[in-house]
Amino acid sequence: MTTVAISVKDLSKKYDSGFAVSHANFEVPIGTICGFVGPNGAGKTTTIRMLLGLISPTGGTAEILGQSISHPEKYLSQVGAMIEGPAFYPALSGTENLKVLATLGGFPIERVEELIRTVGLEGRGQSKYKTYSLGMKQRLGIAAALLPNPKILILDEPTNGLDPEGIQEVRDLLKKLASQGTTVFVSSHLLSELELISEFIVMLRKGEVVFAGPLQELMQAQQPIILVKTEKLADLAKIIEIAEGDGHKATIRSEVAHIEGPAEWAGALNKKAFDAGIVLTQLAPQLPNLEETFFEMTGDRS
Amino acid sequence: MIRVIRAEWRKLRRPTLFLGTIGAALFFTGLTNTFLYLMIDSEGGNSDRGREVGREVLNLAGGSVYGFASVGGLLGVIALCVFAAQTAQEYTYGTLRNLLVRQPGRLRILAGKLIAMKLFALILVLISAAVSVGISVALSDRAKVVTDLWFTSAGFHAIGQTLLNVTISVIYFGIVGMVLGLLLRSPISAISIGVLWLLIIENLIGAVKPVTLDWMPGNQLSVIAQGGSPDVSYSHALILGTLYVFVGSVIAATLFSRRDVAN
Repeated sequence: MTTVAISVKDLSKKYDSGFAVSHANFEVPIGTICGFVGPNGAGKTTTIRMLLGLISPTGGTAEILGQSISHPEKYLSQVGAMIEGPAFYPALSGTENLKVLATLGGFPIERVEELIRTVGLEGRGQSKYKTYSLGMKQRLGIAAALLPNPKILILDEPTNGLDPEGIQEVRDLLKKLASQGTTVFVSSHLLSELELISEFIVMLRKGEVVFAGPLQELMQAQQPIILVKTEKLADLAKIIEIAEGDGHKATIRSEVAHIEGPAEWAGALNKKAFDAGIVLTQLAPQLPNLEETFFEMTGDRS
Repeated sequence: MIRVIRAEWRKLRRPTLFLGTIGAALFFTGLTNTFLYLMIDSEGGNSDRGREVGREVLNLAGGSVYGFASVGGLLGVIALCVFAAQTAQEYTYGTLRNLLVRQPGRLRILAGKLIAMKLFALILVLISAAVSVGISVALSDRAKVVTDLWFTSAGFHAIGQTLLNVTISVIYFGIVGMVLGLLLRSPISAISIGVLWLLIIENLIGAVKPVTLDWMPGNQLSVIAQGGSPDVSYSHALILGTLYVFVGSVIAATLFSRRDVAN
């Protein structure tokens, strides 16, 4: 039995304008939550569409649950997906929209009401889809993805339009599904959210995979930083001088000095600042978060 | 396949679409039959393009469905609109990707949708036929049309034959709509181009050069519904109409099965 849910080998999609996805390679183990990140236009949605058999690759291959993506009929009954936001028939109710998909996929109709409750749409299932707010549409999209009771759940920006409470509910739902053995492959621009739930990360930049592996491995490979605030703003420049004098890269962002250096060096910095008559109001060694790592690796601050 | 048909039927049976379409069909059916009988002595004619249909024609065994056969082309235009909208909306709403994730067999999706829409068209035709015959019977006395032959075996044969012809015509019109929907991927474009061609462009070209109507697709499908016309024989219309529909279907199905779903 395979232990890999998604395996992508040299996968490419080339259009006249160039590569949307170029020789991508990554694997997602079964039962994990994998964050799929990259700037706009990095090729995330194209990759997801190839995995779901909606568009054909121009090179390479991929397997879902050990089945080639050239035969999507062999694995799609075990896959739930929401691609590029929810898409339903506006004139049908939320419940009826799910029933269309349940009928098409051969899933029990009774599951529809259960899923309506799961995503918090009870009481609004009979309302027409066109009357739904963005958050409600998003919830219905997640319900549709859950219809097959999937082994793999592929979600493209599932928290778009949700309020903080909704985001937390989705986060808890994904964690619960993963704990039950479902593999969750989720793209989101809310990197702080992905950092909270993902065990694996696949990072794309201009169609190329720049990192694929455990989140912990990605974060540990990053240069730790020390955040420094001073009582007098003018002293920040002196802190930068001290850091650079000791061979550490340093910048000032939003009245905070960001110094690349190990946590152990913070003590030495504190002493040198004291000797120079500088009063520190903050001295915080920390690892960069996923967002900072993302910017560092993709060079994208848009 | 059955699952695709049932899923499509869930969309087709919604009251606004179902009742709206039946309402439009009944409006045209009522209008055509009313004109046919109440304007029977009008010098301006009582049928399409100002043709005069007299009592000697309506007294025949097939008189009860003459109006129904005449409205066949309009029922076809309604079917074209419904088939085109139901197909193209999957692109504009982005729902095609949902369908293909749940049923990756693209030709199966297409065939299932087509069968469901054919059932819809069949219901449309049957209701329209019943109403048309009913109006014909109701107005026959007032128009002094003799109905003695209408419900003989020859009359029932004529009803059956017309029902078959109109059904073929309406389904062919619908397939044209579906092909346009697949090719243009927009309900507005598919419907406007289809209706513009069938109701305006063909008639304009035909008015300038009548012989071209022998080859125009819309005219062939209307002639099938009428069981032949003075200018185009039934067999000619059936063969040519089938050829147009077949070629269009093959092109659309090939494109649909190979094209990337990028919206």
